[in-house]
Amino acid sequence: MMTNQGNRVTQGQFSFLPDLTDEQITLQIKHALSQGWAVSVEYTDDPHPRNTYWEMFGNPMFDLKDPAGILMEINSCRKTFPNHYIRVGAFSSVQGVESVTMSYIVNRPKSEPGFGLVRQETEGRTMRYTIHSYASDKPEAERY
Amino acid sequence: MSDNEDTYDTPDPVVLADDAPVNLEAEFEASNVKEVLDQLDQELIGLKPVKTRIREIAALLLVDRLRKQFALTSETPTLHMNFTGNPGTGKTTVALRMAEILHRLGYVREGHLVSVTRDDLVGQYIGHTAPKTKEVIKKAMGGVLFIDEAYYLYKPENERDYGAESIEILLQVMENNRDDLVVILAGYKDRMDKFFHSNPGMRSRVAHHIDFPDYSADEMLAIAKLMLADQNYRLSPDAEKAFHEYISLRMTMEHFANARSVRNALDRARLRQANRLFANASKSLHKDDLMTIEAEDVLASRVFQEGKLDGDPADGVSDSE
Repeated sequence: MMTNQGNRVTQGQFSFLPDLTDEQITLQIKHALSQGWAVSVEYTDDPHPRNTYWEMFGNPMFDLKDPAGILMEINSCRKTFPNHYIRVGAFSSVQGVESVTMSYIVNRPKSEPGFGLVRQETEGRTMRYTIHSYASDKPEAERY
Repeated sequence: MSDNEDTYDTPDPVVLADDAPVNLEAEFEASNVKEVLDQLDQELIGLKPVKTRIREIAALLLVDRLRKQFALTSETPTLHMNFTGNPGTGKTTVALRMAEILHRLGYVREGHLVSVTRDDLVGQYIGHTAPKTKEVIKKAMGGVLFIDEAYYLYKPENERDYGAESIEILLQVMENNRDDLVVILAGYKDRMDKFFHSNPGMRSRVAHHIDFPDYSADEMLAIAKLMLADQNYRLSPDAEKAFHEYISLRMTMEHFANARSVRNALDRARLRQANRLFANASKSLHKDDLMTIEAEDVLASRVFQEGKLDGDPADGVSDSE
């Protein structure tokens, strides 16, 4: 993580940019809605990149016409989990796609301790490497 | 989606000098509101108080727009409305129109109408109501939420009814998300009055209380003609007279539902017309014959013959009129 100033987790879209403002988020949601994607809000306190399934905040929102409702949901999620990672996902139900087509972080903890490199010695002189998030040393809900 | 793409990223407006002239008429022309108001005049018969109020709202929103050019900010006006009136006086029709008008005036972003009743808002068990109500509200955002028979939301006789929870959430959204959502409540006058009486918070958040008057016989004849024209039918001059008579008679009877009764009467007249044409099947027919409803089609109604409603439940015909 030495090249990543401030240890910011870089998952999903726009994660190398400064945090999106509400106005920018609204525009992104507007785009998703105009494509007919269902937008949902998810949160987690385990930032490991392989942790793909985050918790759902409320039900996924189908048939919305305007971003205001989703922004309302994002803000209420921020209020409930001010120190968690929160992301907005847009699901495309188009046949052949049927997966999340947009995903970006809209809220992060105040301080992100980042990841450490874990080395494991195995047969011979082989080394195995993995990463480990410092935050996940603590039990769930006490991490940030 | 496409015509108001710039709602979110409009550049900072230029503030005009204090003595700069502005043109209300030009703004009026530019907004296409005239078109909507004219259409409203043509397609909605009668309903004077309703049209007046819509004009007032349109005027306010236009003036607000001009004020903005001078950076005279004022709070967005509360546009939540309450439509009261007897059955069939056009509450739902006007609500649909309202969504379009507010959209043209740039007051709501999308201009769609989400029409719900108690079932869509109130849940069946504890913890079911809030998500249900919120889902509906989220769907309606950027448009108009139309709650038909809103008085059913509140059932004073059952203190464990979940309707109150739904009302609470609605109140909160009506106050905090005034820019995102316009709520229109509708129902019969006496019941809505009772509803507001027991929910004073609701009453004060609804700025416009509009009462829909009953139609006169002449107005209903005009409505009938409009309805028929939509379906490519017409009344012959004799049938017109007969229909006027029919309406005058029908108005004095029970279960009269204004325009809805007119529609049902016309539907039955069409049935009789088809039957009449069928009975004379040997004769060759012209386009005119297929389009015209004759006096006899109207006069065959039981309203004339026995002074009773057509399809009275007593004789087993399950027609509501």
